[in-house]
Amino acid sequence: MTTKDYDRNVVLSTQNDFKVVGTRPVRHDGVDKVTGRAIYGADYDASGLLHGKILRSPHAHAKILSIDTSKAEALDGVQAVVTAADFPETADKTMELGEDETKLRDLRGNILAKDKVLYVGHAIAGVAASNPHVAEEALSLIEIKYEVLPSVMTTDEAMADGAPILHEDQTTEELGNDSGIVSNVAKHFQHIKGDVAEGFKQAEVIVEREYNTVTVHQGYIAPHNGTAFWSADGRLHIWCETQGSFVVRDSLADLLDIPVSMIRVTPTEIGGGFGGKIPIYVEPVAALLSKKTGTPVKIVMSRKETFEGSGPTPGSKIKIKVGATSDGKITAAHAWMAMEAGAYAGSPVGAAAQCVFAAYDLENGLIDGFDVVVNKPKTAAYRAPGSPNAAFGFEQALNELAEKLGMDPIDLRLKNVATEGTRRVDGPVFQRIGAKEVLEAMREHPHYQSEKKSGSGRGVAIGFWFNIGFDSACNIALNKDGTVNLTEGSTDIGGSRTSIAMQAAEVLGISAEDVRPSVVDTDTVGFTAVTGGSRTTFATGWAAYEAAQDVKKQCIERAASIWDVNAENLQMEDGVISSKSDSELKMTLKELGAQLSDTGGGITGRASVKPRGVGGSFCGNIVDLSIDEETGKITIERFTAIQDAGKAIHPSYVEGQMQGGSAQGIGWALNEEYFMNDEGRMTNSSLLDYRMPTALDLPMIDTVIVEVANPGHPFGVRGVGEANIVPPTPAIANAVYDSSGNRITQLPMSPVAILEAFKS
Amino acid sequence: MLPTIPYVRLRLHLNGIIDIKYDFFSVRTDNQGGSLLKWIDYQAPESVADAVKILADSNGNARPLAGGTDLIVQLRVKDPRVNAETVVDIKKIPELNQMDYDKSGGLTIGAAVPLHLIYNNPDVIKHFPAIIDSASLIGGTPIQGRATLGGNLCNGAPSGDSIPNLVAHNVVATVAGPNGTREIPVEDVCTGPRQTSIDSNELLVSLYFPNPGDGFGANYIRFIPRNEMDIAVAGAGVSVKISDGKFVDGRVCLASVAPKPILVEGSSKALIGQPVSDEAIQKAAEAARDAASPISDMRGTAEYRKHLCEVLTRRALNTAVERAGGK
Repeated sequence: MTTKDYDRNVVLSTQNDFKVVGTRPVRHDGVDKVTGRAIYGADYDASGLLHGKILRSPHAHAKILSIDTSKAEALDGVQAVVTAADFPETADKTMELGEDETKLRDLRGNILAKDKVLYVGHAIAGVAASNPHVAEEALSLIEIKYEVLPSVMTTDEAMADGAPILHEDQTTEELGNDSGIVSNVAKHFQHIKGDVAEGFKQAEVIVEREYNTVTVHQGYIAPHNGTAFWSADGRLHIWCETQGSFVVRDSLADLLDIPVSMIRVTPTEIGGGFGGKIPIYVEPVAALLSKKTGTPVKIVMSRKETFEGSGPTPGSKIKIKVGATSDGKITAAHAWMAMEAGAYAGSPVGAAAQCVFAAYDLENGLIDGFDVVVNKPKTAAYRAPGSPNAAFGFEQALNELAEKLGMDPIDLRLKNVATEGTRRVDGPVFQRIGAKEVLEAMREHPHYQSEKKSGSGRGVAIGFWFNIGFDSACNIALNKDGTVNLTEGSTDIGGSRTSIAMQAAEVLGISAEDVRPSVVDTDTVGFTAVTGGSRTTFATGWAAYEAAQDVKKQCIERAASIWDVNAENLQMEDGVISSKSDSELKMTLKELGAQLSDTGGGITGRASVKPRGVGGSFCGNIVDLSIDEETGKITIERFTAIQDAGKAIHPSYVEGQMQGGSAQGIGWALNEEYFMNDEGRMTNSSLLDYRMPTALDLPMIDTVIVEVANPGHPFGVRGVGEANIVPPTPAIANAVYDSSGNRITQLPMSPVAILEAFKS
Repeated sequence: MLPTIPYVRLRLHLNGIIDIKYDFFSVRTDNQGGSLLKWIDYQAPESVADAVKILADSNGNARPLAGGTDLIVQLRVKDPRVNAETVVDIKKIPELNQMDYDKSGGLTIGAAVPLHLIYNNPDVIKHFPAIIDSASLIGGTPIQGRATLGGNLCNGAPSGDSIPNLVAHNVVATVAGPNGTREIPVEDVCTGPRQTSIDSNELLVSLYFPNPGDGFGANYIRFIPRNEMDIAVAGAGVSVKISDGKFVDGRVCLASVAPKPILVEGSSKALIGQPVSDEAIQKAAEAARDAASPISDMRGTAEYRKHLCEVLTRRALNTAVERAGGK
């Protein structure tokens, strides 16, 4: 198949009556980024800046008996040393971090360990010095006495009878009640719909299997970083790469026990996040060091620290049982999922439960979820957290079921597909969704219709992410030349600055270029939640829509006052205010802008929103691959991603999200893993040995944007950032089966693993 | 991100005349060096004799610097195996920059010649094309502008991609020391992980590729899980010499499956004297598998690596036979 045979990037559009929405303008931040002028967190510099480094645990599990920092403090060039003892003591509480929630005590313990270290890489002390090298030397002078404890590295080990316990005060929450049992299982929950036992009785075909995945990292290119300046007047200013400046502010306020009004967080440009830059790590340490020294302190993690001391996504054990009648109607499904939370409770197993069966209309379903602590870094969000793990199991089981039934795997999915009104096993009832349309687009795609190359295997799978709404704010000010300045608080990771500006431009009837969007600090815009949950273009875009409506209303009112006519008689289209009845009365935004000051002052629109009409997104993959049967190496030959965007505001950025999520999913499927040794240390904590795919490991990823408008958004937007990472692992596993007849139930499908699986 | 700066200060001795203390990136403001920050002398002699004298005077604490693509990284991460107080830049020495195809049909490549000059050299392309297999494989294009075959050999990594390739070509290393020069067959250079038979007061001057004669073909291939940016899980450098449909010579050298690159005698035995055939090649491949003594680590299990030795040796031999005109 050559590129000439089909269109590699298709938009199946349902609404084309927009002027700006759906076009592909050049991004506003493009020139700064391609010329290297954009300022990222590690670029930040300030007069008198000190450099901080963090001492980390060499043990997976140990009691800290003593910490002696005196030699480090005495070293020439060292300005301050901090430990957990420098944090204030406050009562515990639950903190909302956007896609994550965590206990304040756990967050504090993760930032600087107090009595115990819980994983290799756990931060213990911070040093500020005149340069990073002296700071690094000072770390080697800090003396810590440990009592090393046995560790647990997997859910199996952690859940075993007599397992070493990470937290003596953690008791299992069993189906909503405190069991009182001290255990590494923080929580066991269930979702039940219908009668699963009865459903399995009706089944004529049943598939039952166990699947295992291992810890993987988001692999963002810029390591965590942050600069803090705690000024003499008690105001703390932070510059950092974060997915949520307000989350940093609010977390710091709780950790440091100071009011939010005393903290200002300036988000710099961000070198990737994928969920991993929602939690904070180095910012509070930099703040404590700045408080002691009175000067700005910058901390930048190394790649090794980023692997060992930030928040990967968990390894997991998934057991799937699914049954169907001989005509392919699923009668019951059970998903048993245990996920590694890392050192503190809070794995994404809850989210996994919301996604595992979401694409299907099940009469009888049961989901068991277990949140399990292990001696690994505390997991953080990673692009549809939990959903890829779950899909690796269920989407493989469905293909196995289809084979037993003699059905096409897409037809089996379509026969059971969830639609508007379907009630999910975990409770919610779907509004209009595009699962069916995505599956139909997959079935009709030239890729699926094409003959496989000889020796190749083909696999399909679909995935879901529910998306979130949350708070967003936006201000828009009209300039005297008729352009507008737009300020908002959502870190721009995937082009959101432009997709937000385009929604304002659509309302105002001006071009995207005539909107100048800025991502501003926490003192400068209203509360805005994280860039995460695929919410930014949806929710901050909505805020821009509302703020633009506010500007539009004020423009019409101002024109009415200038012309001394009734505002209800005026309209604004294509950036021109005109009278509905008097064709002589016309004024462009530029003409209005020029006389603002003389006619009552400036016009500023504003909005703070918390939209509820979130529409989830489904993504499907078709993958062709070949396997070198002598080495076990998989070559991805062709890869197509098909996703429902509701309405693609900027199709290029939607395609970018689809291709990026696919690339990460392919890496997860093929080679990525935390390779842990017997001491619980990651032995491949470099980009050389962690083996994310390079450009040479991927084909060009073809895309189809399906547009099933989300009725809950003015332009029909669904967030598209996450669902695309869900289907690659099962689609690839299904293709491996198609190619070789071997069912791979363990990630990664590395060459070694493939050969071992082929042998047995 | 922080710039990846070496944690060193350099004292430059330019032409042996001017002494410049060069505080690399202003690491500290005082001029003491302190106990933490280490001065590293940089010297750039212009003759082999001067270079050898500097090495000999340094009591084992000097390291030759060619492209520096390994050495600078090792110094920066404070690799305990590379405790250099002096780096001796050898790029200004004429003998170490030569590329000389002689009347006998042999090729001399100086130890400081960067890879890109090797794989773009017409004599290499015409007479020793198989050395391009590894010369064009090591690093990316920018690295190939600096990295050298000499450095790859002297670094002594079991995974060094060019070493099996050199061994298969019967390359001989010329080494200069306080007592003159000596020649070492390249398979005798590496003695263990990062250890070589070149003494700390000796300098690798050049590598000599003897004329292999007619019917010669060679190949180096490695296995990596990705298609770039990776260290060989296993590698096989092979050569064959074919006359009248029979193997008259055959060499197989493996990378990444033992403490040093290993020349597999059993493979040579399986080939020499046998008609060119899949059976002979398979026997040589199995001998390679049996000779490997790999470890299990994050790059692959021992069992898998032994298996790869068989696969890679077979594939490389087939290519070498093809290049020798035998198929």
